[in-house]
Amino acid sequence: MIYLVVGSGPAGVVAAERLRKLDPLANISLIGSEPEPPYSRMAIPYYLTDKIQEHGTYLRKTAMHFEKLNIQLVQQTVTSIDTEFNRLITDDGETRRYDKLLLATGSRPVVPPVPGIDAPGVHNCWTLEDAREIIKLAKPGASVVLMGAGFIGCIVLESLALRDVRLTVVEMENRMVPRMMNDISGNMIKRWCEEKGVSVHTSTRAESIEALDAGKLRVNMSNGQSVDADLVISATGVKPNIEYLAESGVYTDQGIVVNDYLQTSNEDIYAAGDVCQGKDFNTGEYTVQAIQPTAVEHARVAAANMVRGHRTEHVGNLNMNVLDTIGLVSASFGQWMGVPGGDSAELVNEKEYKYLNLQFKDDVLVGGSSLGLTQHVGVIRGLIQSETKLGSWKERLQKDPLKVMEAYLACSQSQVATA
Amino acid sequence: MQKSLSIDPGKCTGCLQCEMACSLENEGVFNTAKSRIKVFTFHEEGKFVPYTCTQCDEAWCMHACPVDAIVVNAATGSKDVISDLCVGCKVCTIACPFGTVNYNADSGKVVKCDLCGGDPQCVDACPTDAITYVDANATGLDKMRQWAEKTDNTVGS
Ligand SMILES: Cc1cc2nc3c(=O)[nH]c(=O)nc-3n(C[C@H](O)[C@H](O)[C@H](O)COP(=O)(O)OP(=O)(O)OC[C@H]3O[C@@H](n4cnc5c(N)ncnc54)[C@H](O)[C@@H]3O)c2cc1C
Ligand code: SF4
Repeated sequence: MIYLVVGSGPAGVVAAERLRKLDPLANISLIGSEPEPPYSRMAIPYYLTDKIQEHGTYLRKTAMHFEKLNIQLVQQTVTSIDTEFNRLITDDGETRRYDKLLLATGSRPVVPPVPGIDAPGVHNCWTLEDAREIIKLAKPGASVVLMGAGFIGCIVLESLALRDVRLTVVEMENRMVPRMMNDISGNMIKRWCEEKGVSVHTSTRAESIEALDAGKLRVNMSNGQSVDADLVISATGVKPNIEYLAESGVYTDQGIVVNDYLQTSNEDIYAAGDVCQGKDFNTGEYTVQAIQPTAVEHARVAAANMVRGHRTEHVGNLNMNVLDTIGLVSASFGQWMGVPGGDSAELVNEKEYKYLNLQFKDDVLVGGSSLGLTQHVGVIRGLIQSETKLGSWKERLQKDPLKVMEAYLACSQSQVATA
Repeated sequence: MQKSLSIDPGKCTGCLQCEMACSLENEGVFNTAKSRIKVFTFHEEGKFVPYTCTQCDEAWCMHACPVDAIVVNAATGSKDVISDLCVGCKVCTIACPFGTVNYNADSGKVVKCDLCGGDPQCVDACPTDAITYVDANATGLDKMRQWAEKTDNTVGS
């Protein structure tokens, strides 16, 4: 068997390892376009703050890891796929044949339509190469403008704050992390950042970027103000890398559309990770989640199905995120915004920056979001994904949402009710 | 034969000796807030339930970690956080459906039960044998395992 895996991020690496485990004799290659050993984008924020060196971002740390597993690493960019003859073409003109192919090419930042966005000194924070550029420019005291306070923007925000730069954030929506936090908690994060000395402009767009002398940039905002900066970071969203599939006949929508076995419209081709439009656990809809836990779960399921036939159904991933904004930890799970006809529970403590919201459908938890809580938050995932019937505990949670761990112990382990 | 923690809430009196022992062993201080085992109080029912990581086979925390900082301890079967490698991203804390991996803001890293390397201090400290360390098969961990399976996306893989 010849397995090719395209994309050497977390999805590609986990899939290649899983393929090896399930098919010890197969021929497995992992093809990725970036020059570094396979690394984790998620670790970049910690590289920016010196918590780790570049090596600390590598997905596998032991020397010769891939050689020992007999996984061949190939540094090339795939330019097209010839589905008729089961082969792919890389930009050095080489052709490689496969029996089964996994596409794990991830996503990349979108370029917002802002005049001047291509000026030197404007960077994404997506690759290790971006991180090296940011480190050069984000010196203590430098002025930095961050465009976009979504999930990735806010992660980068924390790293920049720790680098002691003068930080200005520009976000189009009316609050921070709008896809993770509602009005109350999103604005608590904003207030927290402002207290820490970050200048935050919500409901505001960056309208243009001018290159001034000596590498300085000027960002003009829709509120009439402008900020001079040494570095502008653009974090306004991501989109899947699917262009090389244009002629392949593989069906794409927002990402590569897969079925419940993570197989694409072509029977020998599977997809996983940020590039994959797979099933959402809560809604049953097919979406691009673009988060690490989903990437890894896709990879495991896809690899199993590639080797053993369709025995492992993908039941869908729970969309979830955790974020640290200059010491204020927030998390969101599933349908944190609620469902029609559902009920909710909410705890708001603006003064101590604590917030918890739980969403129910009948007596089952379907979503939640939290702020300022770091203990036992994972149990929210467990309660949602196991679809545990909460019975009388739903009412108790509506009175005191902080009792989620107790609700889990009582409902799932039945160690409490039956004395 | 690997051993597991077995917890019998019926015997727990809520004395918190386990939490004290855990924080002393792992953090060097008597501070129940820093314990990896936690005793939950059910006032209405008048019950106490000690709870910590079950070292489940699925190990969501380990698979979710972006930098390979959680590994299986070959001797005890526990899933251990390699503190030097942990970047503190907290993804494991939301991935664990039991809520037993927790972030420690002081160190900027996460902590979870590692069975004290095979000599769990909570077991020694518990005066009523509510927590014991026994052969993995005999622990009545089945309920937790069932729960784990319900959450698992990759059953059978
Ligand atoms: C700064 C930052 C912080 C983040 N923090 C979090 C977080 O806290 N929690 C979370 O859940 N997620 C986080 N993410 C998102 C997370 O990193 C991604 O979900 C994850 O990397 C997805 O893995 P992947 O393997 O699908 O894609 P990627 O990691 O993007 O890997 C895809 C690889 O494919 C390569 N590639 C693309 N096209 C081709 C081609 N044609 N030929 C060959 N190779 C190709 C790319 O160069 C890349 O190396 C963060 C991302 C960033 C940038
Ligand atoms: S917090 Fe540490 S152990 Fe947990 S997933 Fe992140 S790096 Fe890994």
